[in-house]
Amino acid sequence: MNTPLSWIKAYVPDLDVTAQEYTDAMTLTGSKVEGYVSLDKNLEKIVVGQILSIERHPDADKLIICQVHVGAETVQIVTGASNVKTGDKVPVVLDGGKVAGGHDGGALPEEGIRIKKGKLRGIESCGMMCSIEELGSTNEMYPEAPESGIYILPEDTEVGADAIEVLGLHDSVFEYEITSNRVDCYSVIGIAREAAATFCKPFLPPVVTATGNSEDIHDYLKITVEDSHLCPRYCARMVKNIKLAPSPAWMQRRLAACGIRPINNIVDITNYVMEEYGQPMHAFDYDLLANHEIIVECAKEGDTFQTLDEQERKLDSTILMINDGEKAVGIAGIMGGENSKITDEVKTMVFESACFDGTNIRLSSKKVGLRTDASGKFEKGLDPNNAEEAINRACQLIEELGAGEVVGSMIDVYPEKREGKRLPFEPEKMNRLLGTEIEAETMLEYFKKLDLEYDKAANEILIPTFRQDLVCMADLAEEVARFFGYDKIPVSLPTGEATTGKLSYKLRIEEVAREVAEFSGFSQGMTYSFESPKVFDRLLIPEDSPLRVTVNILNPLGEDFSVMRTSPLHGMLNSLSTNYNRRNKNVRLYELANIYLPKALPLTELPDERMQFTLGFYGDGDFFDMKGVIEEFFDKTGMHKRPHYDPKSGKSFLHPGRQANIIYDGVTIGYLGEVHPEVADNYKIGDRAYVAVIDMPSMIPFTSFDRKYTGIAKYPAVTRDISMVVPKEILVGQIEEIIEQRGGKILEGYELFDIYEGTQILAGYKSVAYSITFRAGDHTLEEQEVLAVMKKILNGLQGLGIELRA
Amino acid sequence: MKDQLENIKQEALKQIEASDALEKLNDIKVAYLGKKGELTSVLKSMKDVAPEDRPKVGQMVNDARAVIEGKLEAAMSALQKKAREEQLKKEVIDVTLPGKRNKVGHTHPNTIALKEVERIFVGMGYEVIEGPEVEYDSYNFEKLNIPKNHPARDEQDTFYISDNIVLRSQTSPVQVRTMEKGKLPIRMLAPGRVFRSDEVDATHSPSFHQIEGLVIDKNITFADLKGTLAEFARELFGEETKVKFRPHHFPFTEPSAEMDVTCFKCGGKGCRFCKGSGWIEILGCGMVHPNVLTMSGIDPNEYSGFAFGVGLERIALLKYEIDDMRLLYENDIRFLKQF
Repeated sequence: MNTPLSWIKAYVPDLDVTAQEYTDAMTLTGSKVEGYVSLDKNLEKIVVGQILSIERHPDADKLIICQVHVGAETVQIVTGASNVKTGDKVPVVLDGGKVAGGHDGGALPEEGIRIKKGKLRGIESCGMMCSIEELGSTNEMYPEAPESGIYILPEDTEVGADAIEVLGLHDSVFEYEITSNRVDCYSVIGIAREAAATFCKPFLPPVVTATGNSEDIHDYLKITVEDSHLCPRYCARMVKNIKLAPSPAWMQRRLAACGIRPINNIVDITNYVMEEYGQPMHAFDYDLLANHEIIVECAKEGDTFQTLDEQERKLDSTILMINDGEKAVGIAGIMGGENSKITDEVKTMVFESACFDGTNIRLSSKKVGLRTDASGKFEKGLDPNNAEEAINRACQLIEELGAGEVVGSMIDVYPEKREGKRLPFEPEKMNRLLGTEIEAETMLEYFKKLDLEYDKAANEILIPTFRQDLVCMADLAEEVARFFGYDKIPVSLPTGEATTGKLSYKLRIEEVAREVAEFSGFSQGMTYSFESPKVFDRLLIPEDSPLRVTVNILNPLGEDFSVMRTSPLHGMLNSLSTNYNRRNKNVRLYELANIYLPKALPLTELPDERMQFTLGFYGDGDFFDMKGVIEEFFDKTGMHKRPHYDPKSGKSFLHPGRQANIIYDGVTIGYLGEVHPEVADNYKIGDRAYVAVIDMPSMIPFTSFDRKYTGIAKYPAVTRDISMVVPKEILVGQIEEIIEQRGGKILEGYELFDIYEGTQILAGYKSVAYSITFRAGDHTLEEQEVLAVMKKILNGLQGLGIELRA
Repeated sequence: MKDQLENIKQEALKQIEASDALEKLNDIKVAYLGKKGELTSVLKSMKDVAPEDRPKVGQMVNDARAVIEGKLEAAMSALQKKAREEQLKKEVIDVTLPGKRNKVGHTHPNTIALKEVERIFVGMGYEVIEGPEVEYDSYNFEKLNIPKNHPARDEQDTFYISDNIVLRSQTSPVQVRTMEKGKLPIRMLAPGRVFRSDEVDATHSPSFHQIEGLVIDKNITFADLKGTLAEFARELFGEETKVKFRPHHFPFTEPSAEMDVTCFKCGGKGCRFCKGSGWIEILGCGMVHPNVLTMSGIDPNEYSGFAFGVGLERIALLKYEIDDMRLLYENDIRFLKQF
């Protein structure tokens, strides 16, 4: 919404503020000013001059020398413009003044252009006559300005006067951010009402007078509305004997300032009223309406229609149309048709001022792919009671401008008149909600400024229909707060029952995950929750894998963001890849984020969102570095049992000989491994990469922050080292299981200290050495006790085909 | 005998005097005081001394021994001290050489900002709660006073999974889920991922984070909202920070406001950072709409509350002066290392 301040001042005549004061105050009462443009920026010392004489420049064919009367004096100006003649009145920038831009109409320089006395081909020139572009505007907005050349002012302009004033450029255009609930503020009148209330000045909206001749429109035109839900009101008036002409300068200036190009009096009036009242209007050529009839009804499935921008539009049965007796002449509330538009030949026309259902217009506008100024207003849901005032205002302007003869009376299809609501006046409740002690009288003053009347007898506030946003006490409280001033509302802190501030248990575990990861050198990354379905191929995920069963987005930003991820791997590998391609060395990343597993497709309930703790790295380190981080994490979250690492984890995206599922207490809680070289190739990671993924919901039940002190051992430990020859296929995990199972109560710990395969060992075997520690809590161990346990362990190991090394 | 002892003593002292190494002193110790040392052998020859002289001779031996021992000890500690000094001299290092660091990783700037916000509100008694990212339409919209076909739905460009399931476009549904549990009073903070179909650029991302706050209790006022958020702003941006509340509109709060804070770069004077205004928009907030309370089973005549929503990335970008939102999701280690 762009509005010149001068137009607001037309309805709030006492408003006398600077642009900045206006900006600040309006923003604080809720009409947020996004910014403003001063139309007279960089325009200095520019007056109305009259050309007294013109002579040729002796040394330049394309230059002329003008004597220009500027009021107090006459100055000599040399110009290259060819459109001026003696007697013309023109804007003249005097010596030392400034203009906004060059004559070519390019981008305006920030500081403008200073004009100084100088010589042109030897002849002194004292000032400059200006084109509209030099004054910072355009030929579009000032259609009477020549395509190129000096702007010629009207003959009756006073010489020596401020030319900027004459051109209406002492103005600022404000841009507002109007919130969607304040439909009424998408109009000059709405903003003016807010401005009047904000600055406590009288609000004087235009006075609409009766119009029309003694004829009756009903004798000319018949209107039928088939669906009063989609079109609650349809007002029509007619104008005959139309005299098309440019609209007056004041109207052109206001439209131009709003960014609307002036065209002719009829088009300009409809646009003017749309800006002024926020009510879109449409004009049909009466003679092009078959049977002189208008029928408002929905289109038929598959119909097409050519809008007045000459585009063919596809329709369906939900799109409301304006038809005449034979054909469609407009898409209701969006755009009229090529077939009935106002042309230079128009003699008689029909003005439409209607109210359409906002939701339907919004959806239709999407379907036909056309959003117009009109549909943008309708889709917010307009006040049907505004339609009548607006159409009468348009007719008033027709008469004032002498644009035609208004036919008497109005056709008004309005089966169910919308009435204003009433809300109880509850000052105590409002004060209690706001934390204020505002007097009831003061509240009523605020309301009065906003045209919210008070019915004292019923103790109710009367809500006009243009304030559809006011439906309950809290809404009225906001009105009070806005004009009392949000800044004046006191500041306090909630009292009442104390509550405990805390993190959920899950979030506490995640904090530990972050700490362990970071202390192990991993930095936190974040990646998107949605990805391309093609990532499964890059990850070598089999066609029938459940990972390919995804939650899909109906309206994605493109295939690359179309499915909700079922694995965190793509995000991790993609991030590692980015780093690798940028030649970052030894990169370690982790992420804590959800995957989304559908419970059933199509989705009837929410998917299973599972938090994944994902680690990945390339560069220094190997499988066991990664495993060490996982072990540290388990240790820090109180998981002190021995996890089982199952190499048969079957992950197609991992190195087949370097992968393991992590099984804790019989439950698979994650996996780790080296990225399959083919997958690494797919991601262009030219180094061995390792990943680990912990499924947090599976892991969390095993975690605990309980800690118990078990005492520091008083009795000495006994250590036995064993060196074994082990069949190659036996995993050390199996050896450790036996040590744990058979070590009994006195087993304190064990540590792998050597593993070797090579020439000194029989083919098919490896050498493994462990140091096993025993200790009793209540006595010094006897040799016999240790021997007995060692024997049990060795027996167990023999069962796996393991021999002690000689 | 006496002369013999005196000779031994003098000889020993002379040797001690001449010693320049600890080993030599040790040798002297053994040679004179050891089991087979000279003084010991004198003692051993006591049997040849007349019994009445024995105490006297014994005394003389012990005196000689004490003198030698004393001298030895002094010489030893002098040598030790000298050796220590020489060692220390040799061990001088260049303390300006770089420290050896454990290669610790870095927290994502979003998380750092989130932790700061959490710290502030947990301190004020708020519980940190999470909700689903894939959410029912009813929680994301309807129960927040945004019925089907409400224009606000268009403003948010929501991703749809099905007719009634969306990727949540805001963290506000967690408000509803918490209120529906019926446990009052409520002071909650709900951070999390949200999604809107915005194309990726320097200031937009289809996936970002919000932090939702909600307080429900008896007698909660707009003044409480102002006080709480002003406190938050001071904690987050510094004691000098001032706040400004501007009227705004959200379907689920009434009255609603946007909060600006004084620009923390220029302190409110106006600079390029705040586009000359001196203020930076930080969050949206308001009193929970009575319709929302009612739909969640809370009587608006008995209870009131306030809610606010902060864009986490917005805070992170502002606070850490990150000029492109895309950096947050690229995970370039050179970026992450700076936090």
